[in-house]
Amino acid sequence: MSAAVEVRDLVKRYPKRDVNAVDGLSFTVEPGEIFGLLGPNGAGKSTTIGVLTTRVRATSGDATVAGIDVVRDPVAARRLFAVVPQQSNLDRSLTPRQNLAFHAAYHGYPRAERNARAATLLDEFGLAEQADVKVDWYSGGMAQRLMIARAMMHEPRVLFLDEPTTGLDPQSRIFMWERVRDLRSRGVTVVLTTHDMDEAAEMSDRVGIVDHGKLLALDTPAGLTRGVAGQGVLDLSVTPAAGDDTDKLIAALTDVAGVSRGEPVGNNGSIRLYVTAEPETLIGPAVTVLTSRSATVTDVHMGSTTLEDVFIDLTGRALR
Amino acid sequence: MTDVDIRPSEARPSAGRAFRAILWRDVFVTGKEFWVFLAQVALQPLFMLFVFAKVLNAGGYVTDDYAHLLLPGIVALTAFLTALQTVSFPLIMEFSFTREIEDRLLAPLPTYLVAIEKLTLAIVRALASAVVMFPIGALVLGSAPWHADGLTLLVVSLILGSWVGAGIGLALGTMVPPSKISVIFAVILTPLMFTGATQYPWKSLDSMRWFQVVTAFNPLTYLSEVVRAAVVPDVPHIAPWICLLVLTLSGALFTAIGIRGFMRRALS
Ligand SMILES: Nc1ncnc2c1ncn2[C@@H]1O[C@H](COP(=O)(O)OP(=O)(O)O)[C@@H](O)[C@H]1O
Ligand SMILES: [Mg+2]
Repeated sequence: MSAAVEVRDLVKRYPKRDVNAVDGLSFTVEPGEIFGLLGPNGAGKSTTIGVLTTRVRATSGDATVAGIDVVRDPVAARRLFAVVPQQSNLDRSLTPRQNLAFHAAYHGYPRAERNARAATLLDEFGLAEQADVKVDWYSGGMAQRLMIARAMMHEPRVLFLDEPTTGLDPQSRIFMWERVRDLRSRGVTVVLTTHDMDEAAEMSDRVGIVDHGKLLALDTPAGLTRGVAGQGVLDLSVTPAAGDDTDKLIAALTDVAGVSRGEPVGNNGSIRLYVTAEPETLIGPAVTVLTSRSATVTDVHMGSTTLEDVFIDLTGRALR
Repeated sequence: MTDVDIRPSEARPSAGRAFRAILWRDVFVTGKEFWVFLAQVALQPLFMLFVFAKVLNAGGYVTDDYAHLLLPGIVALTAFLTALQTVSFPLIMEFSFTREIEDRLLAPLPTYLVAIEKLTLAIVRALASAVVMFPIGALVLGSAPWHADGLTLLVVSLILGSWVGAGIGLALGTMVPPSKISVIFAVILTPLMFTGATQYPWKSLDSMRWFQVVTAFNPLTYLSEVVRAAVVPDVPHIAPWICLLVLTLSGALFTAIGIRGFMRRALS
């Protein structure tokens, strides 16, 4: 079976903008995968989803969804994907149940079937009790669930979720995660965007990190944390001996087998070592190096690198 | 999983089905808010009719004939404005705050057909409002002019006129940001309403040449004229074929402008 989503050299420049919102993006999503696009605000995630869902015109490059070229045949593509946007776009002139039923009608479902599907999905998403109220009465979490239920009405092969849990309370977030895994077990390919590291790590089979419209890294969450910054980190609080300094200590520490690189943290003599071995096996060798240079070690802290470390490592610390 | 998942779906998506479903959605919503709709379309023309034809007549300022001349004009105005507002106001909201239109833009049909659907709905609603205006007008006036031979011309001209109103609504609805809705009322609707030969026959402006020229640029003028030609043919009017031609051309023009605007808003 061909790729569920394929993006090649995608470029989007909005009119009257002097930088590309999406700048030469390429990636492939396999069928049945949960694929996360992780990036800070303004990275170009929504624009990428927009192109894939036929709402944004690509400046150049190719994009296919379920094997269909979204630029050349948007109408055929719309039958095969569904999208839950970042902001609610529910039809407020209709009740929740009618939102689902009309969506299915747009997609050519006969009346009996759309009503049956709506009832089933409302039930599944915990909305059966409030299926006939005003959409305006819905909380953010309920609206989000209703939008996913609506997306599932026409049995898409690929589901796009743009920041599905931003602004949700923890309960709704967990419910959302469960539902998304559920969808995968039914064979639906899910592409989601997020700026939340934990969410990307928790949910996705693979994560692509984007910034300024470019793909910076693409791997499984475990692969990303291993590949970019080593397996773990060792934080040392050190006071160098007279005549010695932190940079020289880092140079000496980097010679220890298993330490891939080191960097000063702050300016009070703290050092962070990125290590490729288990961090605890390196405490001894590191302290030996330091004491041999008469430095005083006041604190040792170890941890494994998180996706957050990778993310910051790749996208920098500047505020967006 | 669930039984609906196991049974093979009977869905047969097509552009035609999607179009009908979207049109049905709008008709359904109109039906749910029928009284609001009726008040929206009927109240203003009704008051106009009442004041100009009844109140002024009671005071002796206008003749009985004027009432029979005004009613067709008011029907033309109602159809025209209903079509215009049916498209423009919801569109301005649906494209901005509510994003409601997105689900329809993602339906499996070419995007321009969503705009065509808006025009279709507008024509349907405009015709409904015109049909409502005749009996209500007759009730207000105590009688209504009727000319059976003009029925075909009346229907054709109302369809064309509604189309022009809808086209203007589509162009406005895709150009005007929501913060400027009230500006539409003030600087576009009001002049359109009063330069459209609805309250006076165009030929009666012979002595006011500059205003006659101004009104000639308003498509509504041709709708009012041709509706009067159909209902009260004795009143001097612009030749119907000229009116129908102008209406067709302006309908095509505003539809083209409107669909371009629609595509620009639907696809960034
Ligand atoms: N409709 C638009 N017109 C102009 N610029 C836009 C538009 N939408 C997004 N942008 C710009 O494109 C860039 C990427 O935005 P977006 O794709 O929304 O990022 P993300 O979803 O990752 O936060 C941003 O700089 C944003 O300002
Ligand atoms: Mg976004």
